[in-house]
Amino acid sequence: MNEVLTLLMQPEFWVAVLRIATPLILGTLGVLLCERAGVLNLGVEGIWVAGAFAGWLAVYHGAPLWGGVLAAAAVGALAGLLLAALTVGLALSQHVAGLGITLLATALSYFGYRVAFPKVSTPPTITPFAPMDWLPLPVLNQETPLTLLALGLVPLLAWGLYRTPLGLAVRMVGENPQAAEGQGIPVRAVRTGAVVAGSALMGVAGAFLTLAAFNAFFFNMVNGRGWICVALVVFASWRPGKALLGALLFAFFDALQLRLQQSGDSPLPYQVYLMLPYVLSILALVLVARHARYPQALMKPYRKGER
Amino acid sequence: MRLEPRATPSARALLLAPLAAVAFTLLIASALVAWAGAPVGTTWGLLLQGGFGSVFAWSETLTRAVPLMLTGLAAAVAFQARLFNIGAEGQLYLGALAAVAVGGLHDGTGFALPPYVLFPLMMAAAALAGGLLLLGPALLKARLGVDEVVTTLLLNFIVALFIGAMLDGPMKDPLAMGWPQSVALQPELELAKLIPQTRVHTGLLWALVLAGVLWAVMRRTVLGFQIRAVGANARAAAFAGVPVQRTVVWVALLSGALAGLAGAIEVAGRTSYLTLDLSPGYGYSGIVIAMLAGLHPLGVVVASIFVAGVLVGADSMSRAVGVPTYLADVIVATALLSVLVAALAARYRLVWRATS
Repeated sequence: MNEVLTLLMQPEFWVAVLRIATPLILGTLGVLLCERAGVLNLGVEGIWVAGAFAGWLAVYHGAPLWGGVLAAAAVGALAGLLLAALTVGLALSQHVAGLGITLLATALSYFGYRVAFPKVSTPPTITPFAPMDWLPLPVLNQETPLTLLALGLVPLLAWGLYRTPLGLAVRMVGENPQAAEGQGIPVRAVRTGAVVAGSALMGVAGAFLTLAAFNAFFFNMVNGRGWICVALVVFASWRPGKALLGALLFAFFDALQLRLQQSGDSPLPYQVYLMLPYVLSILALVLVARHARYPQALMKPYRKGER
Repeated sequence: MRLEPRATPSARALLLAPLAAVAFTLLIASALVAWAGAPVGTTWGLLLQGGFGSVFAWSETLTRAVPLMLTGLAAAVAFQARLFNIGAEGQLYLGALAAVAVGGLHDGTGFALPPYVLFPLMMAAAALAGGLLLLGPALLKARLGVDEVVTTLLLNFIVALFIGAMLDGPMKDPLAMGWPQSVALQPELELAKLIPQTRVHTGLLWALVLAGVLWAVMRRTVLGFQIRAVGANARAAAFAGVPVQRTVVWVALLSGALAGLAGAIEVAGRTSYLTLDLSPGYGYSGIVIAMLAGLHPLGVVVASIFVAGVLVGADSMSRAVGVPTYLADVIVATALLSVLVAALAARYRLVWRATS
């Protein structure tokens, strides 16, 4: 126990927590925005992969780091547009369309990587974002600007959702699209916009992996992290502030397991620690299930004049 | 612009829709082949030849189709009841682990039972392991409303790590030179080869029989009717006296068991021991196959042979012209999305008017 306490005193530990939390915050906000508008986005896992690849490829070909972030956002938005066309436009099953997007985005990214680099064994690297050591804040000055972006987006999205007419429109089309239509809100346009913007955030979440956490693109580097965002949104009861809390809590346990695993004298096999994030996600889902209040129109396609 | 349901979907449209989807997929994939700098026609020729061009190609394709059929059936039966089982990958691995635990030698201390007792035990254990793994998420959905898509997905990662821990620890083969690999099955428990000198094994017959059985269950039994009723409209089904929760439990056991058997049959038919790369994502491909087949058990047979042929053909095509094998995954994913759209187009018509 003492070990854990000394660990909690170390700033490096909290630096790790914030670093692990950053892509989860971005991804969870993205999923949250889609679901608030009534669309489940199971493309998130694939969009992370595509964002990680696109951001890295752009920078590798000479774009500035922020250009890489933009490229990742653009690729995410494109995937979101496809998902919106299938689910909002054509009213296909959101489950299946989302999984299809994940498969397609992952396959295209891997294919593109292999076409661009047919015979490399060690992945080519880029110079990633540097920590913001000019910042006069302790832990945060060890993080990259993308962490600041993620943290800043939380109040921005909360303000946007609860304090602006556009946010009201997004929430309405996710709760009661018929009523929204009656108010003159273009339901399908709002849903499409939310899915595109949310997916762009997921793309940036992926880009964090290649542009800040690591400096290269690996196969299987996302490895289920994207799905965890879907669980975190339920845990957060679709509120941006709670999403931040959930992502931090989650990253806390993840950083803890990393340290315990590294300390080396663990009686448990290392796989048990690696399981923790996934087990925690399921536990979080079960714990909040009783009072989870899904957006009422989530997964329900909307067609004009139909009830 | 809006969609209007057709009074009766025309038979021609229903038949043409999948063909149009395949054509669209070929177009997209051809563009990618051209981008990779390979001659498009030659590449397709090589892919076709590698998947279906010889007895050997067919034997490889059918070998690969066996686990795909079983995970495809697993997804099809679950999706019929709107239980979105995305966890077939985990169920497959847990089934394989159960099979090895029952049928492995455990350095000579294994069960001293004759093979004709041990073999059914092994298959039953695999089916049960897969079924029970899906039962948890199914009950969480039925009782607490926890979305099964996320829970089954996350369980895949948990199972993969659990298998890794077992293959590193208690179930590791001491003779495997340090590789994380389980002990081998007793040789009498392995499935016989269908064609000598190839890898295709009697597991193919198992998969075909199970597809037939599942078709009969769905079409001819009360349970099949209840499954379809729950899938069509759970509330209406409950109102009509269908025991919804019990049906969901049966669907979960059935679907998980099929995926678990896929793992056991892979071990018994192909590898004889369990490693962490037993499945290159058969669980996820099963979902695509079920959708391509329109959730029809017999369609699953055809769709899994198609997908297996693409995967096998892409391997040999890649060796010959250097187009990455991931092309196969792009083809499969594009086929999934375009078949969904095509199926919709057959049932609806586009109306180019503002509002009626």
